[in-house]
Amino acid sequence: MGKNKKELLSLVACIALYAVVQSLIMLDVIGPFWELNLILICINVILAVSLNLINGFTGQFSIGHAGFMAVGAYLGAVLTVKLQLPFIVAILGGAAAAGFLGFVIGLPTLRLDGDYLAIATLGLGEIIRITILNIPYVGGASGFMGIPRYSNFTWVFFATVFTVFFIRNFINSTHGRACISIRENQIAAEAMGIDTTKYKVMAFTIGAAFAGIAGTLFSHYFYIAHPASFTFMKSFDILTIVVLGGLGSISGSITAAILLTFVSAALASYPEWRMIIYSLMLIVLMLYRPQGLFGNKEISLKIFGRLMGGNKRGNTQGN
Amino acid sequence: MLKIENIDVYYGAIHALKGISAEVNEGEIVTLIGANGAGKSTILRTISGLLKPKAGQINFEGKSIAGVVAQDIVKLGISQVPEGRRVFANMSVLENLELGAYIRNDKKGIQEDMENVFVKFPRLAERRSQLAGTLSGGEQQMLAMGRALMSRPRLLLLDEPSMGLAPLLVKEIFSIIKEINASGTTVLLVEQNAHMALSIAHRAYVLETGRITLSGDAKELAASEEIRKAYLGG
Repeated sequence: MGKNKKELLSLVACIALYAVVQSLIMLDVIGPFWELNLILICINVILAVSLNLINGFTGQFSIGHAGFMAVGAYLGAVLTVKLQLPFIVAILGGAAAAGFLGFVIGLPTLRLDGDYLAIATLGLGEIIRITILNIPYVGGASGFMGIPRYSNFTWVFFATVFTVFFIRNFINSTHGRACISIRENQIAAEAMGIDTTKYKVMAFTIGAAFAGIAGTLFSHYFYIAHPASFTFMKSFDILTIVVLGGLGSISGSITAAILLTFVSAALASYPEWRMIIYSLMLIVLMLYRPQGLFGNKEISLKIFGRLMGGNKRGNTQGN
Repeated sequence: MLKIENIDVYYGAIHALKGISAEVNEGEIVTLIGANGAGKSTILRTISGLLKPKAGQINFEGKSIAGVVAQDIVKLGISQVPEGRRVFANMSVLENLELGAYIRNDKKGIQEDMENVFVKFPRLAERRSQLAGTLSGGEQQMLAMGRALMSRPRLLLLDEPSMGLAPLLVKEIFSIIKEINASGTTVLLVEQNAHMALSIAHRAYVLETGRITLSGDAKELAASEEIRKAYLGG
């Protein structure tokens, strides 16, 4: 009962937030520049939360997330432009294709550990990009042009909410526990009877599928899917968000995605400074808060209850 | 209950176990003792499916389990407490125990067994919502044992439960092992601390560089001249 109430409350909060932002956009209080940034924030949240499932919760260090995003971006565009299918089909298709690729790639590579897995996924991200670069059907090096702008704040916002709810519930399920136990100690997890390969592949597949959704939303906002948008620098951008927010914290990923998107928006006129600021931020973070902004903690209603103090406290702690 | 016949295990080119045969009967505590690098842990890892034997047979309750993957072996009723405890450090004591029951679905039974674990290890009950990484070494060992018991094993494999613990705690841990055995779980115990291991075991095997050199009744081995010289300090 208490749990359902909480879920309902967060859903209402999401819809309220959506209503406020959407009306501000309609009233032109939020101009096109900030609307663009809001959409980038949402896409970055999807990317970061899905990568956090792989890197933060399951403990498998993957740095090829941009590759899966590219698959979603291109496949979604093929579905809407070449096959004239509706946008929702493109989103689902992008997710399915990226997820399938994650599954196929995950089976052999997730047997690797640590540095080796990182190197393998880095290479795979590049292989995906270069493969796309050499397919004339999707525009090759000049990119896939003429994609209709189907993405808007409504689509992107609700895709983000869905991602966060899905991954949060996954983590709180038995499957999620199994994933976390692999991060904590793989040998002990195996000794408990957990099929570690299965759960690593499962986390990798889900993470890749959501990156595919982000990719489809991305290409349908910017009219174009270009191989240069999905280099390993993009993967590092996502990784930076995850590490900055805290490996294993969804609220951390969301906060860091907002923060970093604003930082790069503010530095829009000095693009060469962006990476320097990013690296400085990471160095400072590693020195003073190596576990990331949130560590592996989550913001929950409990904390808000505590902040408000008084009679609220009794209610929230009862749950 | 468990019968190992002529197994050979390799780590790459290294021949770690050379034709090992051993047997554990229902209700026993059997111990494997030997120096570092003799192959004690390798035997346990082979039984629990973390390593595959190149040759030989392992039978558990009449079924061959050589080469069966780890998660299926847990389902058959063999549970391992890995060396160095390996608790899930960032999870609470309760969550660690819940993961121990990962292969089970009977909520009621799990709850019962959890209460049993807390009766056996009252110190864990006090700390049930504390993160496992903040427990002392002895408490972590208790948690690792409790967690292994949560899968309701018929055979419990213990890998060096005394490692890094103070003598008093070692005594406590060993008396708990005896209790676990008395309540019906068969135990295969790997130990460096030969003296303690022989004092609670029914039978023992002595390992040297991948071969079994001696075996027999634990009391007799503890009294034998050879063992006293090699492992019990004169």
